[in-house]
Amino acid sequence: MTKIIKGRQIVEDDATLLRLAEDGSFESVPATGRIIVPLKQWQAQRDSLITRGDVGVWLASDEEVEDIASDLAHFALIALDFPAFIDGRSYSNARLLRDRFGWKGELRAIGDVFKDVILFQHRCGFDAFAVRADKDINEALKGLEDFTEFYQGATDQPLPLFRRRTPV
Amino acid sequence: MYVYDDFDQKIVDQRVAQFRDQTSRYLAGTLTEDEFRPLRLQNGLYIQRHAPMLRVAVPYGELNSKQVRMLAHIARKYDRGYGHFTTRQNIQFNWPALENVPDILADLSTVQMHAIQTSGNCIRNTTSDQFAGVAHDELVDPRPWCEIIRQWSTFHPEFAHLPRKFKIAVNGAVEDRAAILVHDIGITVQKNEAGEIGFAVYVGGGLGRTPVIGALIKPWLEQHHLLSYLDAVLRVYNRYGRRDNKYKARIKILVKAMTPEAFGAKVEQEWAHTKNGPMTLTDAEIHRVAKFFVDPAYEILPGDDAGYLQARATKPAFARWVERNVFGHKQAGYAAVTLSLKKTGVPPGDATDAQLDAVADLSDQYSLGEIRVSHEQNLILPYVKQADLFAVWEQAKAIGFATPNIGLLTDIVCCPGGDFCSLANAKSIPIAEGIQQKFDDLDYLFDLGELDINISGCMNSCGHHHVGHIGILGVDKSGSEWYQISLGGRQGKQASLGKVIGPSFAQDDVPGVIEQIIKVFVEAREADEHFVEVFDRLGMEPFKTRVYGNKTKAVAEATHD
Repeated sequence: MTKIIKGRQIVEDDATLLRLAEDGSFESVPATGRIIVPLKQWQAQRDSLITRGDVGVWLASDEEVEDIASDLAHFALIALDFPAFIDGRSYSNARLLRDRFGWKGELRAIGDVFKDVILFQHRCGFDAFAVRADKDINEALKGLEDFTEFYQGATDQPLPLFRRRTPV
Repeated sequence: MYVYDDFDQKIVDQRVAQFRDQTSRYLAGTLTEDEFRPLRLQNGLYIQRHAPMLRVAVPYGELNSKQVRMLAHIARKYDRGYGHFTTRQNIQFNWPALENVPDILADLSTVQMHAIQTSGNCIRNTTSDQFAGVAHDELVDPRPWCEIIRQWSTFHPEFAHLPRKFKIAVNGAVEDRAAILVHDIGITVQKNEAGEIGFAVYVGGGLGRTPVIGALIKPWLEQHHLLSYLDAVLRVYNRYGRRDNKYKARIKILVKAMTPEAFGAKVEQEWAHTKNGPMTLTDAEIHRVAKFFVDPAYEILPGDDAGYLQARATKPAFARWVERNVFGHKQAGYAAVTLSLKKTGVPPGDATDAQLDAVADLSDQYSLGEIRVSHEQNLILPYVKQADLFAVWEQAKAIGFATPNIGLLTDIVCCPGGDFCSLANAKSIPIAEGIQQKFDDLDYLFDLGELDINISGCMNSCGHHHVGHIGILGVDKSGSEWYQISLGGRQGKQASLGKVIGPSFAQDDVPGVIEQIIKVFVEAREADEHFVEVFDRLGMEPFKTRVYGNKTKAVAEATHD
């Protein structure tokens, strides 16, 4: 089984990520086990998937979290994709899910995830990281320690530094 | 100026360690070139034509003498003995070795400096008026707001990977010396009738391939909401800015596509969710930051210093320098001095290590240890007593920084161009030098009056050629370098974009073409009209006729266009 970072620990990944085939068709859904389906598949097969209770959904960086806002209660987890780490849209999507739509469950970063972006992702509300297969996951975990203090508030620490530092 | 506390210092120190780790992983091959590129760019590190180039942040253009000495040290120890001040008030070094950059950052951190976000697709160094805090026409000091924005934007996790670079400028004076209308966000700090501070917010300005003047989307933003509002603007841009084409990825394209009204409405909608949240600035924080920018203990001086007035009356060369390089101060008996980095024969904006050390000394002796960088690539001593101006002039002359040309034709704004920059299509420094040599008569320059020439070596417009009264753009045509000239651009509150005069010119012809353009102006000028006023009155035609009418003098590149 592959490993992911979750809650600052390296753990076995118990979920299977389903991608869209090149022609846009859906992969078949395994009978058992946690799965993470693309948004389009969720929308198309919602009625059957909703009964399972172990289904997560993942959004591409150009998909809008508003589209799943009313379905949050049905998800086992939510993943947001970084097709390339320089595509920063999933940072905003993560913050909206956490801060505006109140998602409390697992929020997983998938795609181009490695040491140098993991802290930004964490600050925007991700608590699970599917580190790229060719990257050292132990090293990636250390990326969470690169900084211990931050100026602006974010999802991990909503209070900006100016509300925490003692005025001189 | 702002002084770091333990928090600020820790963030910069942790950045040094992080970048050292990233550099060593790149050199060891565990970070690929493609991965390292965006990471190093966010630290101002380019791989350039000849060597890496490192851009060091000068937040809103403010430096102290200790920092300037450190820049001299870096130029000496890690580079070839000079640095280049840029149109973003930063300084860049053209020859550092990649392996040394972590050490350079460590040295910088000892004087509260860094290279964070000086490049890359993130929020860049916030720029401002080089005379902030001392200008005679200032309404509100913009620096505390610049510092508040600096902190908010530093390693902002949500906006670390935007569609494109993002530039913010802040102005608080009657005149706009921060070029806010050609920034992604331009902010005017203002006071209402009740004396409350607020902001006018412009978005979607910018130069480059598609130059646009920013649109006002928020005429009055109450001061406590500055950060939540900026956050909302950036969030809309991060989510909806185009990422399919880097030439269409700037916020100006999004604002244009949506219309400023619709964009503003979208921001309001986003902002409504966060407006009164934790990002709301507290009075305590506004006060804490503002305290770093209070007036120094000025000496109470009579209106004008007698010795200074006498020197001015009796020494024409000094008087000439005062006329161009000394700026009116809000405090009686004081002046702000611009040191010209535009001496003919020296690349505009360049300073050697010895000059930097000398500027630090001058500042310690005469300007309370403070120095500013202007976006026109000059240095400023902001707190000079009138009584000291003569001594400052003599010492500035000795280091080659007293050319009395501020605002004149030879005070050319110029990017490094093809001599250094790997993006450039054409050289720019030799063009500037050719023009400066052509106009070497100071009396003539003074007669011409205010005239901005801006030169960019490529469409990225680092030399801001679109807003030059005369703009020059290097273009590549079938592998050779040509120069397109535009007229009538300007910065400031009436910012406008220059219009291209016609087919481009070969390098050797540019100074002669500029001379012809100037002749049209001189012949048509009434009283003390400025170049742009004459251009507005006459339009393009007479300039065009003069320049292209005689093909033997100005070789129109018609066949190439």
